[in-house]
Amino acid sequence: MLFWISTTLKVLVAIGFLAQVAAILLWVERKQSAMMQNRIGPNRATIKIGRFEIRAAGLVHSIADGIKMVWKADWEPTGGDHLLYRLAPIIAIVPALCLCAVIPFGPTVFIDHARDLYDPAWAADAATAARSVPLQIANLDVGVLFVFAVAGAGVIGAALAGWSSDNKFSLMGGLRAASQMVSYEVAMGISLVGAMMIFQTVRLDEMVTWQMQHCWGIFVQPVAFVLFCTAAIAETKRVPFDTPEGESELVAGYFTEYAGLKMAMFASGEFVEVCVSSALITTIFLGGWQFPFVQLTGFEFHYFGINISWHWAHFIVVAVSFLSFCLKCVFLIFMQLQVRWTLPRFRYDQIMKLGWRMLLPAALLNVLVTGTVLLFLNSPSAH
Amino acid sequence: MPGKTKVLKKPARTLADQSYLLEVMKGLGTTLKHFFQGTGQMVSGNVPDAVKYPLAEGIATISYPEEKRPYAERWRGVHRLTHRDDGSPRCVACLCCSTACPAQCIYIKPGEYPEGDKRRGYERYPVEFVIDELRCIFCGFCVEACPCDAIRMDTGTHMTAFDEKSAFIYDKDKLMSIVSQHGTQKSENPRHEPGEASHPGIDRLRGGH
Repeated sequence: MLFWISTTLKVLVAIGFLAQVAAILLWVERKQSAMMQNRIGPNRATIKIGRFEIRAAGLVHSIADGIKMVWKADWEPTGGDHLLYRLAPIIAIVPALCLCAVIPFGPTVFIDHARDLYDPAWAADAATAARSVPLQIANLDVGVLFVFAVAGAGVIGAALAGWSSDNKFSLMGGLRAASQMVSYEVAMGISLVGAMMIFQTVRLDEMVTWQMQHCWGIFVQPVAFVLFCTAAIAETKRVPFDTPEGESELVAGYFTEYAGLKMAMFASGEFVEVCVSSALITTIFLGGWQFPFVQLTGFEFHYFGINISWHWAHFIVVAVSFLSFCLKCVFLIFMQLQVRWTLPRFRYDQIMKLGWRMLLPAALLNVLVTGTVLLFLNSPSAH
Repeated sequence: MPGKTKVLKKPARTLADQSYLLEVMKGLGTTLKHFFQGTGQMVSGNVPDAVKYPLAEGIATISYPEEKRPYAERWRGVHRLTHRDDGSPRCVACLCCSTACPAQCIYIKPGEYPEGDKRRGYERYPVEFVIDELRCIFCGFCVEACPCDAIRMDTGTHMTAFDEKSAFIYDKDKLMSIVSQHGTQKSENPRHEPGEASHPGIDRLRGGH
């Protein structure tokens, strides 16, 4: 019973949050780019209630955009494949939403022991474990592999949109999206092999636990971090990797023929991807929900001969962990938007060269080096 | 004689440039600097006045139409017809402006002052003075041509965008109601009416006829 209630709640919160993410990130992107370019940014949309005017520093623009999207004419091209045309936006956004299912955003909550100090025996105790809520929607054994499988499905949406629109710009955009995403999928997957070898698991919650016990993934796999970030930004199909929708060449690429809410689904799908990829990078490389020097029992600092132990109640640890996960995600989203407004767009051949000639060999080399180091560390003679 | 040729050396691409990563970091540093500068200004409210200090560091937006960049004194705005001291137009209906106008947008219907008026015989007055502001190219030739300083473009305002064409036809009353950017309807140049002592030329009393 608890399982069903908690899972439903988690799903609703996650989907509800990700549905709003597009509106918020749209505002963040506009305002952030304005600040970077010495502008004020959006501030004109106003809600008037009597004498009061609500501008909310431009947030109202997102609401205005939403209203506009709803009322736009839902035009469809007369040619093309109508079923696929309508299916494509759904296929584009659903995988991005699914990805958040496997990301742990906090430690397991033991409801009966909210005010007690954490004890590892809780998890072993059947009665307590039954009344515990893992802060992760689905704890899959395949973890990271599920992420790759589902993220790879996102390309189908873009490709179908391009194919079914009966438009050459759309088709070119769809082809570019497909080839780009497939190319970077390879580098993305292989860049994580080193991390999997070190963590010795593909389950995302165990990865976080390993990082809590040892150190963050970015310190053991710095190269993989850079490669994975690059590939993840490329997967979101945003600047500087936005040739699939390069305005100057392809009008709007694979969603040239889309209007209204269907277009909004593509646009918000990109923002959801930004959000989810940030959460994924956080989980694999930045210690997930772990706050620096905070263990499940509280603040623990045992380095350089200094020993500080500050025990916290279980619910405080959970709250701190959840907040730390959110903070890391917000930081990574901020950096992704910063990259998007800093770098100019790559040419299409440059994207392909970067993917196949730079990222892929670097990822393979990373696997080789990681494997060699691990072999020496784990060999009997080293002990 | 051939000029001196200065051969610029093409900057070498180092490994650091080629790897792209360091350059990306540099770029991010620049944009981050601007981001924090702009955000700091917005949050603290210390946004520099872009109207007064257009080259100041930081946010440089002018919130038009609440704030406007001031135009130069000689900037050519919408026309106005200047007034005499008694409120009548300075225009003497000489048709110089409509002759000079390359767009042919000025129409003047001249009229004689009635018998007994002391200006009769010296000058005429515009019964109608119409400018089609849609045809006008704002070249300022009319202002240059005017011998009486009767038409000026020192209003400092744009032509308003109206919904219908007829609104762009400015008649005499409309043109005379427009003020200069200093708020006056007159001209700084003095006007000497015939019969006044300051009148420099020959008039009916001094001409001897």
